[in-house]
Amino acid sequence: MSIEAGVVAVQGDVSEHAAAVRRAARSHGEDATVTEIRTAGHVQDCDLLLLPGGESTAISRHLQREGIAAEIRAHVDAGKPVLATCAGLIVASADANDDRVTELDIVDVTIQRNAFGRQKDSFEAPLEVDGLDDPFPAVFIRAPVIDGVGDAEVLAEWDGRPVAVRDGPVVGTSFHPELTDDCRIHDLAFFESAVAP
Amino acid sequence: MTDATDLEELRRGTDLVKRGFAKMQKGGVIMDVVNREQARIAEDVGAVAVMSLEAVPADIRKRGGVARMADPADVEEIIDEVSVPVMGKSRIGHTKEAEILEATGVDMIDESEVLTPADDRFHIDKRDFTAPFVCGARNLGEALRRIDEGAAMIRTKGEAGTGDVNQAVHHQRNIKGAIRGLAGKSHEEREEWARENDAPADLVHETAEMGRLPVVNFAAGGIATPADAALMMHHGCDGIFVGSGIFGAENPEAMGTAIVEAVNNWDDPDRLAEIATNVGEGMQGDANAGLPEEEKLQGRGV
Repeated sequence: MSIEAGVVAVQGDVSEHAAAVRRAARSHGEDATVTEIRTAGHVQDCDLLLLPGGESTAISRHLQREGIAAEIRAHVDAGKPVLATCAGLIVASADANDDRVTELDIVDVTIQRNAFGRQKDSFEAPLEVDGLDDPFPAVFIRAPVIDGVGDAEVLAEWDGRPVAVRDGPVVGTSFHPELTDDCRIHDLAFFESAVAP
Repeated sequence: MTDATDLEELRRGTDLVKRGFAKMQKGGVIMDVVNREQARIAEDVGAVAVMSLEAVPADIRKRGGVARMADPADVEEIIDEVSVPVMGKSRIGHTKEAEILEATGVDMIDESEVLTPADDRFHIDKRDFTAPFVCGARNLGEALRRIDEGAAMIRTKGEAGTGDVNQAVHHQRNIKGAIRGLAGKSHEEREEWARENDAPADLVHETAEMGRLPVVNFAAGGIATPADAALMMHHGCDGIFVGSGIFGAENPEAMGTAIVEAVNNWDDPDRLAEIATNVGEGMQGDANAGLPEEEKLQGRGV
């Protein structure tokens, strides 16, 4: 049976996440069918969800307006996995410290947006991540920083600040694991956790 | 928790980082703004980024004279106002305007034919910059030359400031059609195509294998209504730039909101019908067909 993967497709690097979750599934001998979620009524059919990078203000506005936000919270309450990256993590957080973002509150962290600076400060670097044997090629683009961790577990830090966390079925990263061919973070989020479909 | 990460291995301004930034804009609308009030409205209606400039293309057309980059103080004011990325326009080939914009802190530089070109032979060597660039193109050869120079995003040139979408459609069809054409060609035919179209052969092969441009491909030039924006998404664009179409409209808030929603729902005619209702008059515009060749901006910088 194929895995139903939902990519929240309001805006951002949707096709990269779709490709990454297919690669991760294949490496486990499974097939992933990807549904792009732009309207309500599709999340409940998904085994797992991806919240891509993009602009958190635009994404959060659309999720609220279309009624998708409540569906995502129900997905997490049912214990089904989510990977949220960069803007996706901002939207998923408990508090993004910004009135323009309505948080989903599915990861118990607080966030500072654009904490690494503007695009000229964006960078790539090998990053040590708990659960991975070798460093992960992490790409940080106008990345947010996690400045408060409640019940979430820290999986990686950059310069002493958390940049990857797990909170129950949700994994969040402030970098973009979907931008390289390395799908180990997707693996970690979906295939090696206790809640794998 | 492991803490063995080596901070020294950090790299900025790589192709991955620059092209990655462009990918985060996909499915979004980037709006031209000339001051902080407009920037605030653009962010509030859901723009993924704003393009700061001195005057929108329709006004540049009317005014005539030399069009240059905006005053850095005005760009900074816009950067301070919004949390979304801020882009700025430099003249084609004007390396120093681009350096000033980068130093000002813009997130992306548009080397734009809307401004008066500073160099009639060369574009900026964009590989030297940490900031990513977007450039206009009318066809695949032009797009690949810009990518070879370091552009991290391509947009159609369209015909800026006219409110007439036909040239953006024409350019997007040129690019998509040429990519489809490459699919059926052998290695040596692709090499020949590269020579005939002044395009770098390695990028021609890469494009043929990917079946799309190796960077994000937006639409720009003449997009004035929600239906125009949806049309460009239908033609396979990754997102939309709107210049004069928002703040040249009767009700910029309504038009901006509608264009953003139209991009989200471009393949749903029922939703588009709701979205396109009661948005007020669009910008007045000038049909491209009546425009003398010398007044067209798209021929600048090939």
